[in-house]
Amino acid sequence: MEQKALFEYVLRMADDSLILGQRLGEWCGHGPILEEDIALTNISLDLIGQSISLFDLAAALQGEGKTHDDLAFLRFENQYKNVLLVEQPNGDFAMTILRQFFFDAFRKPFYEALCKSPITQLAAIAEKSLKETRYHLKHTSEWVIRMGDGTEESHARAQAAIDHLWRYTHELFYEDAIDAELQASAQVPSLKAIETSWLETVKAVFAEATLEIPANNWKFDGGRQGRHSEHMGYLLAELQYMQRAYPNMQW
Amino acid sequence: MSNSTWPLWEVFIRSKQGLNHKHVGSLRAPDATLALENARDVYTRRSEGISIWVVESANIHATDIDEVDSFFEPSDTKIYRHPTFYEVPDGVKHM
Repeated sequence: MEQKALFEYVLRMADDSLILGQRLGEWCGHGPILEEDIALTNISLDLIGQSISLFDLAAALQGEGKTHDDLAFLRFENQYKNVLLVEQPNGDFAMTILRQFFFDAFRKPFYEALCKSPITQLAAIAEKSLKETRYHLKHTSEWVIRMGDGTEESHARAQAAIDHLWRYTHELFYEDAIDAELQASAQVPSLKAIETSWLETVKAVFAEATLEIPANNWKFDGGRQGRHSEHMGYLLAELQYMQRAYPNMQW
Repeated sequence: MSNSTWPLWEVFIRSKQGLNHKHVGSLRAPDATLALENARDVYTRRSEGISIWVVESANIHATDIDEVDSFFEPSDTKIYRHPTFYEVPDGVKHM
């Protein structure tokens, strides 16, 4: 039974990475400046690389002889278990950076804790990904500070992005029976302490950026059960197009 | 891509411990911190380095192309400055 829970758990992580990586990839050739275009697609490639390792592990746990490509490209929308935050459209540069910042501020303490997991493959993936994630968080934090404490317009855009995305952030700490089962046997960390660490990071960066945490506590979830926002179908249509049009193609 | 007003920075990368930083190119960034991050993203994607320097291009002072002759030609005729006039002792190999 634990094997099945672990499969779901790894799939959730893999989908978070894949879908956010796909979103960031949409910036390729459209970045506000060449240097940032490359920075965003670098982060995208890191995330897609992480998803490959996670899908490989998930496929092994599933034991049905599937590959990482099968899991990435050939599932239906309700079989993707990513949080709603990562599938939200890129919007303007502020929206993309704030979405990434919220995610990185979660992933860094999450991977730090996951490094101690007794599941060796998972701990190894966490350790490798942590180095990448530390850089992502540094980069997005620098941008949040510069936009918040920049011009009137950059401040307004950053605050608007926060006000819009805040409702999706609490789902990062969503826990259900799958988490409970794995936490009971100390296979994976509790997300409670990670939420505290996340909030500390957000508060510290926002203080420097002169940005505000919204008072509005409206919250969304559903992604972990495969209930997605209306944006997800369009994203998957683009992500899956080649494998659907030319099954089993490779390049 | 917008035509940015961010300043231009020159990027120097050291590929290995013990070697010198070498000029690899330039980029635009609003300040030194982001210039280092941009340099990391633009110039070290294929494991090119372990240390980066950035210098604002405006702070680099260069010789004038019109003064090439007076700057550099005088040394062309002074071949005795090259260490090629020494007899290498027989016992020395690999010189």
